[in-house]
Amino acid sequence: VFERLRQIAADVFQLSPEQVTPLSSPKNIQTWNSVRFLSLILAVEEEFGLMFEPQDLERITTLGEFAALIETKLAGIV
Amino acid sequence: MNPGDLRKDIDHLIASGKPRAATRSFIELWNQDRTVAGAEFITSRYELLREQLSLVPFRLAILRNCTLEPVIPLIRAGAFVNGIDLTVHLGGYNTYVDEMREQNSAIYRFVPHAAILAVEVSEVAPELWWGYSDLTPAQRRDVIARTVKIFADCVSAFRKNCSASLIIHTARQPLTASQGILDAQRADGQVAAVEEINRELRQLAAMYKGVYLLDYDALVSRYGRLQWRDEYKWSTVRLPVAAAHLKHLADEYLRYLIPLAGKMAKVLVLDLDNTLWGGVVGEDGFDGILIGTQYPAAPYHELQRVLLDFYRRGILLAICSKNNSEEAIEVLEKHPGLLLRPQHFAAMRINWNEKVQSLREIAAELNVGIDALAFLDDSSVEREQVREMLPEVTVIELPPNPADFAQTVRECPVFERLYLSAEDLQRANYYSSQRHRVELEQSLSSMEEFYYALEQEIRVSRVESATIARVAQLTQKTNQFNLTTQRYTEQEIAEMAAGPDLELYSLGARDRFGDLGLIGVAVTRPAQEICEIEVFLLSCRAIGRTIETAFLSYLVRRARELGISRVQGWFRPTTKNEPAQGFYSKHGFHCLTQTESGSLWALDLDRAEIACPKWIHMIIPEERS
Repeated sequence: VFERLRQIAADVFQLSPEQVTPLSSPKNIQTWNSVRFLSLILAVEEEFGLMFEPQDLERITTLGEFAALIETKLAGIV
Repeated sequence: MNPGDLRKDIDHLIASGKPRAATRSFIELWNQDRTVAGAEFITSRYELLREQLSLVPFRLAILRNCTLEPVIPLIRAGAFVNGIDLTVHLGGYNTYVDEMREQNSAIYRFVPHAAILAVEVSEVAPELWWGYSDLTPAQRRDVIARTVKIFADCVSAFRKNCSASLIIHTARQPLTASQGILDAQRADGQVAAVEEINRELRQLAAMYKGVYLLDYDALVSRYGRLQWRDEYKWSTVRLPVAAAHLKHLADEYLRYLIPLAGKMAKVLVLDLDNTLWGGVVGEDGFDGILIGTQYPAAPYHELQRVLLDFYRRGILLAICSKNNSEEAIEVLEKHPGLLLRPQHFAAMRINWNEKVQSLREIAAELNVGIDALAFLDDSSVEREQVREMLPEVTVIELPPNPADFAQTVRECPVFERLYLSAEDLQRANYYSSQRHRVELEQSLSSMEEFYYALEQEIRVSRVESATIARVAQLTQKTNQFNLTTQRYTEQEIAEMAAGPDLELYSLGARDRFGDLGLIGVAVTRPAQEICEIEVFLLSCRAIGRTIETAFLSYLVRRARELGISRVQGWFRPTTKNEPAQGFYSKHGFHCLTQTESGSLWALDLDRAEIACPKWIHMIIPEERS
C-alpha cells in the first residue's frame, strides 16, 4: 500500500518517489498545503476505491499513518 | 510501459530535450492513468515544456459557489493532450455575482476566451432542495422566479462586460424528491420546479450569442446520482463531486473547450473489417461478416449509428482500409444491413498501401490539414503506427470489447460541435459533388477552360445577424487560406459588425455542381487615406479557383468608392497558412515592412487595379437594391 501511496504523493506534491517516506508530513514537505492535501485524499480515494469519513482524516499527520489508515479501510471492505 | 515507467520515461525525455516525444508519452500515460494523481503529474511536467510546444493557447475562467480546485489539474491535463495550452482562472468562492457584475473584476481583467458558471443551484435556492414541503404555491413561484432572475442578471452583466463564451451549468435534481413518489403525481412537484428552472436557463442561453448550456443534471445521471456526490466532502470542504467522478466533470468541460479552441476533427477516417462490421470480408465473405441488429453483430450496428449521427453533424467520413477494393465496395453498396453507403464517404482508400500514406492522401484530397483527421481502427498495431508517424492525427483508443466501441466514439470530444451552420449540414453534399469537379478539371486542357466551365457565381454581402455564427466559425476553423489567422467568437463578430470602424464581408459561392455555401470572410478598416484588410480568409473547399482574386477585387473597388488611396494588409505566417503566402505579391501589392510576426503589403490605387476574373459572376446584393 505504501508504494502506491508513495507514487500518488509524489505526483500530488510534485516530488520524485524517492523523496517520499512514511515520515513525510506538512513539516518536511514544502508543497504540502490544504489544497494539495485535499487532492492527495481524492487521489487515494480514486486509486483504492475508498471514501474516508472526516474523522478518519483528522488523525493523519504523516504519510505512514495515512498508509495505515488505507490498510484498515481496505480490510474493512474485504 | 506501465504508468510508473512512463513517468520516468517522460522525465528522462524532458531532461534530454525531446518535448515532442515527451508529449506522445503524455498521451499514453493519460490513456492509461486518467486519475487525479496522473493529472497532477502531467500538469507539473507540462509546465516545463509549454514554451517549447506549439499548442493553442486558451484562457478559461471558472465562476463558482463550491470547491473546484481539485478538478483543475484534470481539465488542464486533458487539454494539454488535446493540443490546448490551458490557463485557468478560478473565481473567488461564492463571489460569482459580484465578479460578473463589476466591470473591472478579476475575471474580466483575466480576459478569458471562455467562462464556466459552475454554480450549484441548490445553494442559490436552498428552499427548493431542502425545504420544499414548507413552500406554498406562491412561495414556490417566487423562489423559481428569483433564482432565474439571478442568472439572467449575471448573464446580462457578463455580456455587457466581456465577449468570451459562457457555459452555464443546469440545476441538479434532488436524489429523492422530498414528497417521495407523490412528487411525480403533482404538476407543481419538486422535480417539476427544478425542470422549470432548467427550461428557463435554456431560454436564457438562447437569447445570447456565445452562451451555452451544460446539462449538469444529465451528466450526474449518466454516472449515477447516488454515486456522483460524496456528502462528507460536500459537508466538510464544499466539494460537489466524489473523487471518482472529478475526471468526468473535467471531460465534460473539455467537450466545450475543444470546439471553442478550434481543435475539432473535421474528418473521421475508419477501418472496415472488425470496425465498421464484424469479421474479415476477405476471409468470411459477403454472407459471413457480421452486420445487423442481432448479437453478435449489434455492436457494429451501433457504431454505424454513431457514424451516421456524426455525418449528420457535418463531420466527413472517410475509409482507410486494407482490403480488396471490389469486395469491400460490394458490401458497402449491397449488404442489406449496413447503415452507411458509399455516398456517405467523402474519400476512400481501400488498398494494400500503408495507412500512413493513405491518411496523407485523404487529407490532401479533402483539402484539410492532417491534424483535422481522426483515425478509428480496431488494430492496435495500425493505431500505434499512425501515432508514431503522424502525431497530429487524433487516434481514437478503442477498448478491446466491440460492445464498447460505439460509446467510446460517441464520447470523443473532438467531434463535439456547439452549433451547426447551414454549411455544416451541406458539407457532405458538397464533397460528393466534388468528384464531378475533379472529373471536369481532368477532362479540360487548361485551367481557364475549367474556370469557365465551372460557371462560378459569388455573392459578397455585409455580415448580418443570420451569418454571424458561420463567419465566427470560419475565423475559428480556417487555417490554410487565412492571411492573419485572427480567431473571433460570435459575440466579437456581432460587436465588430455593429461598430462604426470596421466593414465585415461574407462571401458565398456556387457553381454548376451546387452551392458551396458561405466560404469567405473579410474585415476591413477604412480610414481617411488607407483601408487596412484585417481579416481575409477562404474555406479550403474554395481554394484554387480564383475566387480570392474576385473577393479582393471587390474590396479594392469598395475602397476606391470611399475615396481611399491605398489598401494594405498583413500576412502573418503560421505553420499552416502557406497557401495564402504569395497572395498580396501575386496581386501587385508591394511589401512595406517585414517583422518577426509577418509582412505588411500595400496597393496604391492610383496606379493599380484588380479586376474580377472574367469567368466569375459577382453579385453584390446591396448594390442591386
